[in-house]
Amino acid sequence: MWSLILRDIRLALRSGGGFVLTLAFFLIVIMIVPFGVGADLGLLSRIAPGILWIGALLSCLLSLDRIFQLDWEDGTLEALATSPIPLSGIATAKATAHWLTTGLPITLASLPLGYLLNLNHNSYFLLLTSLAIGTPALSFIGTFGAALTVGVKRGGLLLSLLILPLYIPTLMLGAQSMSVGTNNPIELLALIAAISFMCIALLPFACAIALRANLK
Amino acid sequence: MLLKIKNLDCRRGNKLIIANVSFNLKSGECLILKGPNGSGKTTLLRYIAGLSTNNLLNDNIAYSGHLDGVKSTLTVQENLKFWSGIYNTNNMANVIKTLKLNDFQNRIAGELSAGQKRRLGLARMLITNAKIWLMDEPTVSLDKTTTTLISEIITQHCKEGGAAIISTHVNLNLPSSKVLDISEFKPEIDKEFDPFLEGVF
Amino acid sequence: MSLWEYANPAKFMTLSARILPALAITSSCLLLIGLLWGFFFTPADYKQGSTVKIIFLHVPTALMAINAWLMMLVASLIWLIRRHHVSALAAKAAAPIGITMTLIAIATGAIWGKPMWGTYWAWDPRLTSFMILLVFYFGYLALWEAIEDKDTAADLTSILCIVGSVFALLSRYAVNFWSQGLHQGASLSLDKEQHVDNAFYFPLLVCIAGMVLLFVTLVLIRTRTEIRLRRLLTLRLRNS
Repeated sequence: MWSLILRDIRLALRSGGGFVLTLAFFLIVIMIVPFGVGADLGLLSRIAPGILWIGALLSCLLSLDRIFQLDWEDGTLEALATSPIPLSGIATAKATAHWLTTGLPITLASLPLGYLLNLNHNSYFLLLTSLAIGTPALSFIGTFGAALTVGVKRGGLLLSLLILPLYIPTLMLGAQSMSVGTNNPIELLALIAAISFMCIALLPFACAIALRANLK
Repeated sequence: MLLKIKNLDCRRGNKLIIANVSFNLKSGECLILKGPNGSGKTTLLRYIAGLSTNNLLNDNIAYSGHLDGVKSTLTVQENLKFWSGIYNTNNMANVIKTLKLNDFQNRIAGELSAGQKRRLGLARMLITNAKIWLMDEPTVSLDKTTTTLISEIITQHCKEGGAAIISTHVNLNLPSSKVLDISEFKPEIDKEFDPFLEGVF
Repeated sequence: MSLWEYANPAKFMTLSARILPALAITSSCLLLIGLLWGFFFTPADYKQGSTVKIIFLHVPTALMAINAWLMMLVASLIWLIRRHHVSALAAKAAAPIGITMTLIAIATGAIWGKPMWGTYWAWDPRLTSFMILLVFYFGYLALWEAIEDKDTAADLTSILCIVGSVFALLSRYAVNFWSQGLHQGASLSLDKEQHVDNAFYFPLLVCIAGMVLLFVTLVLIRTRTEIRLRRLLTLRLRNS
C-alpha cells in the first residue's frame, strides 16, 4: 500500500504544481476576506477562526476530484482493482496521499495566514492542532465523495454539493475550538479527533462499495 | 485446471448479454474469444477479472483492458517499479529486457508511441506473476512487429505454465489455442428474465 | 407469505394498487379532521394567541421530514443487502416528499417565529439541523440524477444515504456546541412547544397520524411511477 501512497504523492507533485496550487488558493481565499468585509482588525480577529477553517475546506475541495478521476481515465483504476490490494486499501492509500499533499500543507500554512487575519495570540496553538486533527477527516470524506462521483463527467460541482454537508460537524467543532469564548477546547478537540478516527476507520469501506458500483 | 466456468450468465447493466457459458481453462492453454462487437467478450473478461462482481474468482489473474493502465507523467521505470511494489515481485529487470523497453527506461511514459505504451501495459502483466492473463483486444492499432512480439510473449507465458483468455479479431498464431465463439451464447429475448417486466405482458 | 414477496415489482404493483385508494382516503380524512379541529375548534392559547395553531402543520411535517430520511436509510440498507429493486426505487421516491416536508416545516416555523420572537429565522440548533437535513436531501437527489446506469445510481445513493445519516446525526450534536459558543444571545428554543395541554394534544395526534399516512400514500404513488419508468427504460433497451 505504501507504493500507492508514494506514487500518488509523486503524481501530485509532478502535475499541476501539487500542493503549491492548493496553498496559493488558500492564500487567495484568506486574502479576499478583508477585501469583502473590511480591514477592521477587531472584526477580522473575531471571524478569523471560521474563515481559516472555511478556507481550509475549500482548498481541500480543489484537488479532490482528481483523486480517482485520473486513474479512471487511463485504466489504472481498473488495474488496481484487479490487484491484490482491496478497494478499501486503495481508498485509504489515496486519502492518505491526499492529506499529505493537501491537508498537511494547509495546516502548516494556516499559521502565517492566521497572522494576516489578526488571529488572537492564544489561538495559534489551537489553530494548528484543530487543523492537524481535523484535516484527515476532510481528506477521507473527500475521498468518499470522489469515489461516488468518479464516473460523472465534470463531477466537481456535484462532489462539492455532496461532501460540504458532510464537512459541517468538523467545521463547527474546529472553528469553535479556536474561538475566544470557549472554555474547554480540549473537549472539542477530542470530538474532532473522534470524528477523524471514525472517518479513517469506516469510510474506506464505504468508498469500496462506491468504487465497486462504478467499476461494474 | 486453472479455471472452471459453468453455466455463467453475464449482464451489462440490467440486460442479459450472454447466457449459459461454460468452459475450462487448463495450464498452458490459450482461449481465444471471438464474436462481433457488442456480443459480450469484454463483459465476460471483466466478470472473470472480478470487476463486475463482488467476489474474485481466482487470485492469480491479471487483466488488461482497452486502456493501457499507464501513468503518463511517470517514467517507464517508475511505472513498473510501482507495480512491482503492489504485487511484491522483483522481476522488473527481466521484464524490461523481454519487452525491449531498455532504451526507454527513463523516458516519461507520455512521450511513448502507442505501441510502446502497449508494451508497457503488457510489462505490467508480466510483473504481476499471475498465472491467468485476461486480455481484451491486446493488438488493436499496433504494427506487425509489436503484434508479433506480443504473440511471442503470450506463447512464452503459456509455455511456462500460465494460461490466457484473449478477445481479438486478429490471428495471433498462438499454439494450443481453443476458440470460443461468444455469439453462440446470445440469450433469446423471450427467455430473458427481468424483474421489472414480469407480469406486465 | 413473507413480507419479502412484495419486493417483487409485479407483486408490489398489485398490492399497492389495492390498498392505495383506502390509504389515500384515510389520510386525507385524518388530515382534514385534524387540521380543522386544531385550527377552528381549539381555544386560543392565552399566552401565544392563535398563531400557535400553526403547530398542527409544523410538528407533523417536521416529524415526517426526519422520518422520510429514516425510511430512505432503511430502504437503502435493504437495497445494498438484499438487492430488491422496489426498495431502491422507494428510497428515490421518498426523497422529494422529504424535501417538501422539510421546506414546509421550515416555512411554518418561520411563520410561527415572526409574531412570537420577531424574526423569521434564527440560527438555533433545531432550525439549523433542518437546514442541514435539507441539503443532505438535495445531495441525494442530485446524485440520482447524475448517474446514467440506474442500478449503479441505486448503489451509490444508498451508500451516500447511509454515510449521510451518520453525519446528519453528528451535525445534530455538533450544532449544540456551535450555537452555544457563537450565538449566546439567540436562544430561540422551540422546545417551549413541548408544554402542550390536552386541548391541543388530540388534534395534534390526529394530524400526525394523517401526515404519516399521507407520506405512505405519496411514497407508494411515486414508487409506482418509478417502477413504470424503469419498465419503459427496460423495454426501450431491449428493442435497441
